Amino acid sequence: MNGLSLSPELATLQETMEAYAREFGLDFFPVRFEMLDYRMMNQVAAYEGFPVRYPHWRFGMEYERLSKSYSYGLHRIYEMVINNDPCYAYLLASNHYVDQKLVMAHVYGHSDFFKNNLWFAHTNRRMLDEMANHASRVRRYIARYGQDTVENFLDACLSLDNLIDPHAVAIQRRPAQGREEAEDPRPVTVRRFKAKEYMEPFLNPPEFLEEQRRRLEEAQKQEERLPPAPERDVLLFLLEHAPLYNWQYDILDMIREEAYYFAPQGQTKIMNEGWASYVHTQIMTRWALEPNELIDYADHHSGTVAVHPGRINPYKLGLELFRDIEDRWNRGAFGPEYQECQDLEARRRWDRQLGLGREKVFQVRRIYNDVGFIDEFLTEEFAREQRLFTFDYNSHRGRYEISSRDFQEIKRRLLFQLTNFGRPIIEVVDGNYGNRGELYLVHRHEGLDLDVPFAQDTLRNLFTLWGRPVHLETKIQGGEKTAIFSHDSTGPSVLN
Amino acid sequence: MALSIEQDARRFRQIVRGQIKRNLRKYIANRELIGRRGKELVSIPVPQIDLPHFRFGHPRGGVGQGEGEVGAPIGQGQQPGGGDGPAGDQPGEHILEVELTLQELAEILGEELELPRIQPKSKNNVEGSVVRYTGLRRVGPEGLRHFKRTYREALKRQLISGSYDPSNPVIIPIREDKRYRSWRNYPRPESNAVIFYMMDVSGSMTERKKELVRLTAFWIDTWLQAHYRNVTIRYIVHDAAAKEVDAHTFYHIREAGGTRISAAYELCHRIIQQEYSPEEWNLYAFHFSDGENFGNDNRRCLNILAQGLLPAVNLFCYGQVQNVPGHYFIETLSQLKDEKLALANIRVANDIYDAIRIFLGKGY
Repeated sequence: MNGLSLSPELATLQETMEAYAREFGLDFFPVRFEMLDYRMMNQVAAYEGFPVRYPHWRFGMEYERLSKSYSYGLHRIYEMVINNDPCYAYLLASNHYVDQKLVMAHVYGHSDFFKNNLWFAHTNRRMLDEMANHASRVRRYIARYGQDTVENFLDACLSLDNLIDPHAVAIQRRPAQGREEAEDPRPVTVRRFKAKEYMEPFLNPPEFLEEQRRRLEEAQKQEERLPPAPERDVLLFLLEHAPLYNWQYDILDMIREEAYYFAPQGQTKIMNEGWASYVHTQIMTRWALEPNELIDYADHHSGTVAVHPGRINPYKLGLELFRDIEDRWNRGAFGPEYQECQDLEARRRWDRQLGLGREKVFQVRRIYNDVGFIDEFLTEEFAREQRLFTFDYNSHRGRYEISSRDFQEIKRRLLFQLTNFGRPIIEVVDGNYGNRGELYLVHRHEGLDLDVPFAQDTLRNLFTLWGRPVHLETKIQGGEKTAIFSHDSTGPSVLN
Repeated sequence: MALSIEQDARRFRQIVRGQIKRNLRKYIANRELIGRRGKELVSIPVPQIDLPHFRFGHPRGGVGQGEGEVGAPIGQGQQPGGGDGPAGDQPGEHILEVELTLQELAEILGEELELPRIQPKSKNNVEGSVVRYTGLRRVGPEGLRHFKRTYREALKRQLISGSYDPSNPVIIPIREDKRYRSWRNYPRPESNAVIFYMMDVSGSMTERKKELVRLTAFWIDTWLQAHYRNVTIRYIVHDAAAKEVDAHTFYHIREAGGTRISAAYELCHRIIQQEYSPEEWNLYAFHFSDGENFGNDNRRCLNILAQGLLPAVNLFCYGQVQNVPGHYFIETLSQLKDEKLALANIRVANDIYDAIRIFLGKGY
């Protein structure tokens, strides 16, 4: 690491804060804090929290953006922490003492979340080392095959890196690797009910038998197909079936591994930040804050949870939801009896003195991700209290406007934004389309069209990897028409 | 300390430059760039840098938080959430704004058009000077004290006088020991340039034609300013008579008279004679017209050029913005054989690329 270790003063502070965190009941990976100046902070931020990444221009692009925005005073990174054991966290050297205190409290919240939240359970806790390994492997490939070759391939892989199956880590979707010996197709036999001869046409009607036979044949054909069932992990499919050189296979594998590593952070953005904010408010206001630090703390805390009309602040939404859950479970405001109570006043004053709040929030931070969190705990009262709304573009007036304060609508939109990271769901349906070795993908259209220019460019990258023509079936014009976008050696084309 | 990410940042800038170079012809014909030019930086929209992903089309809304009735507008001027990254409005383009210095832009222009670097006329009598701290002296402000030399002097003196004790090596400098950095002025030849833009503003010069002139002038400025420390730009408009104007008037004035090009050439020549001696200045003259001149004026123009202007200037360029075929002023000028004279037809915006190559490709 290239940062400085903590000053004695801050090292003492860390011990104190760690003790508070334990007292609060957190269970975290050990945390290593490092001091960075703003340049190194920008570098680490551009590297998505890691001190070393493989060489790629997009990190440089992000670094330039951050540096420019920092020098214009548009942002200031207070805190950064990576999911690793031990947890690495960075402090900006120029921050005040009270800021460092706040950041430390916040970081212990994240570290606890990384360790306990189930969606992080599969992640590599030695990712720091793994990233460094990836970096040195890519460097070696660059030395051997040339910068442009490797970079073009990386670009192609990175442009597909959201085509993973984030739930695959928790379920077994198909039998383990290895192909079985191809059997001769068995003749299709349709089971029929035993029947007396005169009952035969009634118990086993010939048209039904015919239909069954067709279905079975279809299923058998499907099994011979590649993939047998639609595959959401497109990167895995490419790894297994695309004609790649060894170094290309290795790079694609790395990109896929990193995508799976980062996926839970996308799945739990609201919860993760909400939990860390919840923890820092508790630790700071209960124990850590000195009277003379109060104003600065309040200033910075309210900056973090500030509300911007055009977007959801995950810190704010998460924090308020955790507080709401704690309050409701303290009062016992849940369960069928509460749900059925129609008297608003009674609901508001509902108090069964259960005191289960703390226990509940700890449980919630363990087993939910953002989708479940919002679905389960975002109540109508909460949405009203937090003044949530949906907005839309009014093309008539050329501006964004508040379109509704309807609870169901808000929830639906919020959940849609969070599902699959707000990205379209795209699956491999056929790896041997038209028996010509072409790749056929299908976009599961759910009301929103794809960005066509982006899709065409992404297809070009997919074509680079697959080597044979690639097709993407989707719907256009708001889902009314089916279109197939293709890319082959002559360039892009559309069929609709 | 050099950060490892700077390598990535350098690579990124390289890619950006490559993109700009590849699309230079498009940029040159694009009027948008003029408005994006600041004092030192120009902001350039570069397509297709960002990595494409499968994503939803234009995010048209989302969920927000705050006060307001249904129908109230939200946060003017900020990009509402929902999507990530800016969306391009052209098919197949995702656009990224990149800032380049004018110097960099000129370099790209030079590399792509294979323009030779300009060798300024050597002028000994126009000099700037540059201050360098190279010497030492015994007096000076404490801020400039040279610690090492002072220490050495003190050590030397103490050794000679015998007051140096190796077991207790304390060196105390006295006033005579002190040495200060001193500076010298180094003369540096400095070359200055003047650009004359002359334009026909008679009735037949439409807005569209002026736009072509403006675009061409933008790239000429960029190139020449990269080569000279001081560039003065003078603007002359003419119809049947000529007058000097400022830049804004130059591009926006409308006159309705006939055309007598010689008036502009005479005025230009007069200004040069009065204000800029050709020995001291690098002079560039650019004339834009639709080529419709009074027939009996042509001879006069050629005379002024051959006798007065061409001997004085580094380069004289004539750009003809005319898209109706016919016999025009450019034919008249082509009778004149002089290597300082460059002629180009600019019919549409795409011709600017070649015109610049003709004008600046001579390297004067």
